[in-house]
Amino acid sequence: MTGYFLRRALVLLSTLLAASLVVFVVLQVLPGDPAALMLGTGARPDTLAALRHHLGLDAPAWLRYLRWIFGILRGDFGISYTYNVPVAELVRQRSALSVPLALLAIVLSTAIAIPVGVFAAARRGSVRDAALMGAAQVGVAIPNFWLGILLILLFAIHLPWLPASGFPGWGEGLWPGLRALILPALALALPQAAILARVTRAAVIETLGEDFVRTARAKGLTRGAALWRHAVPNALIPVVTLIGLQFSFLLAGTVIVENVFTLPGLGRLVFQAIAQRDLIVVQDLVVLLAGSVILVNFTVDLAAAAIDPRQRRPGA
Amino acid sequence: MLAVENLSVSLPMEGGRVPVLADVSFALARGESVGLVGESGSGKSMTALAIMGLLPPGAATSGRVLFDGRDLLAAAEPELCAIRGRRIGMVFQEPMTALNPLMSIGAQVTEPLRLHLRLGRAEAEARARRLLARVGLAQIDPHRHPHQLSGGQRQRVVIAIALACGPELLIADEPTTALDVTMQAQVLDLLGELAAEQGLALLLITHDLGVVSATAARVMVMYAGRVVEAGGTGAVFAAMAHPYTRALFAASPHEAGGRPAPIPGQVPDPQHRPPGCAFAPRCPRAQRDCVATVPVLSPLPFKGRGLGEGSACGASAASPAPSPPPSPASGRGSHVAACFHPHPAP
Ligand SMILES: Nc1ncnc2c1ncn2[C@@H]1O[C@H](COP(=O)(O)OP(=O)(O)OP(=O)(O)O)[C@@H](O)[C@H]1O
Ligand code: SF4
Ligand SMILES: [Mg+2]
Repeated sequence: MTGYFLRRALVLLSTLLAASLVVFVVLQVLPGDPAALMLGTGARPDTLAALRHHLGLDAPAWLRYLRWIFGILRGDFGISYTYNVPVAELVRQRSALSVPLALLAIVLSTAIAIPVGVFAAARRGSVRDAALMGAAQVGVAIPNFWLGILLILLFAIHLPWLPASGFPGWGEGLWPGLRALILPALALALPQAAILARVTRAAVIETLGEDFVRTARAKGLTRGAALWRHAVPNALIPVVTLIGLQFSFLLAGTVIVENVFTLPGLGRLVFQAIAQRDLIVVQDLVVLLAGSVILVNFTVDLAAAAIDPRQRRPGA
Repeated sequence: MLAVENLSVSLPMEGGRVPVLADVSFALARGESVGLVGESGSGKSMTALAIMGLLPPGAATSGRVLFDGRDLLAAAEPELCAIRGRRIGMVFQEPMTALNPLMSIGAQVTEPLRLHLRLGRAEAEARARRLLARVGLAQIDPHRHPHQLSGGQRQRVVIAIALACGPELLIADEPTTALDVTMQAQVLDLLGELAAEQGLALLLITHDLGVVSATAARVMVMYAGRVVEAGGTGAVFAAMAHPYTRALFAASPHEAGGRPAPIPGQVPDPQHRPPGCAFAPRCPRAQRDCVATVPVLSPLPFKGRGLGEGSACGASAASPAPSPPPSPASGRGSHVAACFHPHPAP
């Protein structure tokens, strides 16, 4: 078991290093000098040189890479060129919104998708199955910003139940923050739920055809008991894998919905940092997101091992 | 105890409904062992699934499956659930896939005990241990999962599940096909012992006539969805009347003595069954009349060249009232075959 974790950790570290190297090289190749961008077009060459020196941009690339990596290892992610605050602080602020938002969205998506997918699979070929899968098809096709606007019109303007935009933070307690996240989480969750429901349905239909489901029925289990006790657990692995993928995406791939609801999340931070050549922020975020994707995948593997004894390593 | 009467099953396939079982009739008394033999695709599993009420979705049935006088084909689902696993146990063909890979074998054996006998956890676990020991798995930890067991061990677990609640009827669908030869013999011996010891009726499905001769008191030979020959195992083996039975025997690795001779050709798909006798395209004794009408089961020995008064010439199975319901006497023991030109008794 410890050997397994050591190997996992080693793979994790080298993946992160590779990701950091790739993003560093790519950003070096891309045009755009952060110092020039910070000072504007009319800057004097000596001011520019001084700023470049101050930012460490005049050092050779390999040295800058090493400084960056060893900084991260010490917990120093550098200072954002555009915000002029430590990147760590920036990420901490944005994560306070993005992580709960992603969690809420994935919980909503799963809570909708699994019952719908299982129900449709159990009644495959029926009118209700066709209706649900038709709805899922629409859900996949709807752009989430449009869904966001629709939700604002419906639940913030027409029925003034929830705030249309902004995020008050968690300082005023759980409920004001949560209230602000419900509509954006729904806008994010519904299209994800549509995909997840289709995958769940397909996986459950497949396991329903398995011999062990027939064995369960031959034991005298009702259709429903055979479905929930035998077919559904066996269909969960692809579902859990997809949930992991969706969660990784929801952490920072949500810039459009963040814009619709004017939420200061990680997605917007990534987007603005790229647009403004805030290289250090981009680099840090890529490595952090790669790290979180790896962490999510690891969690998915643990969940898969918890579900399926065949995926447990010997001695684990 | 079990009486299958004129059972026909059709399944929806591309191009419409296709009959997979036609006019299958047989009876099984308490404690009796009957073998059901036939090549792959002849409808053996369908017969078993029809009795269990577990036919594929969309299947249409006619006829009756009487279990202690109750027609299972007409029974409601809750009634069937109370019978399955409790009064009728089933062992499946494929031990590698018949068990849930996520559940420990102990949990899978306790499941029917808790469901039907309403045993508490501890009691069910103790009983499961005894069952596992009885099928020869005393040394296996019930917390193990199916993938940690060999094929033979898994099949023993499946047998333990089928027998858990002390059923009156055990349907074993090719319980040994997926196992190696030594395992086959062990599992068959186990089934025979258990059947004798618990006084249960055994419907043993196999494509191997040798297995039947060793285990079953009566045998039914099935081809293309119909029973083509049936009778006491001794009588049938002594005077195999149907050309298909002979061909199957010659193809059996156990009994052929010399080299097994495979039957030329293949079982026709349900969609492409020939008119008349379905075996005609492969039958060395086929004559012109064989393709005209479907022969029905008739008592042996036939008179003269085999066209006795009970034989099928006039009675096409396509007519609305195909064959008379089998009288209990003809359903049990007596040697019957569905062939216009059967082999004469030696
Ligand atoms: N789910 C299904 N849908 C449609 N046709 C089926 C289905 N299952 C079986 N059949 C067809 O029904 C016929 C009878 O099949 P059955 O499984 O009863 O044969 P079998 O005698 O048990 O053969 P085997 O030795 O291969 O188990 C076959 O021709 C098969 O193609
Ligand atoms: S009826 Fe004719 S074709 Fe069919 S088995 Fe008998 S002899 Fe052969
Ligand atoms: Mg079969």
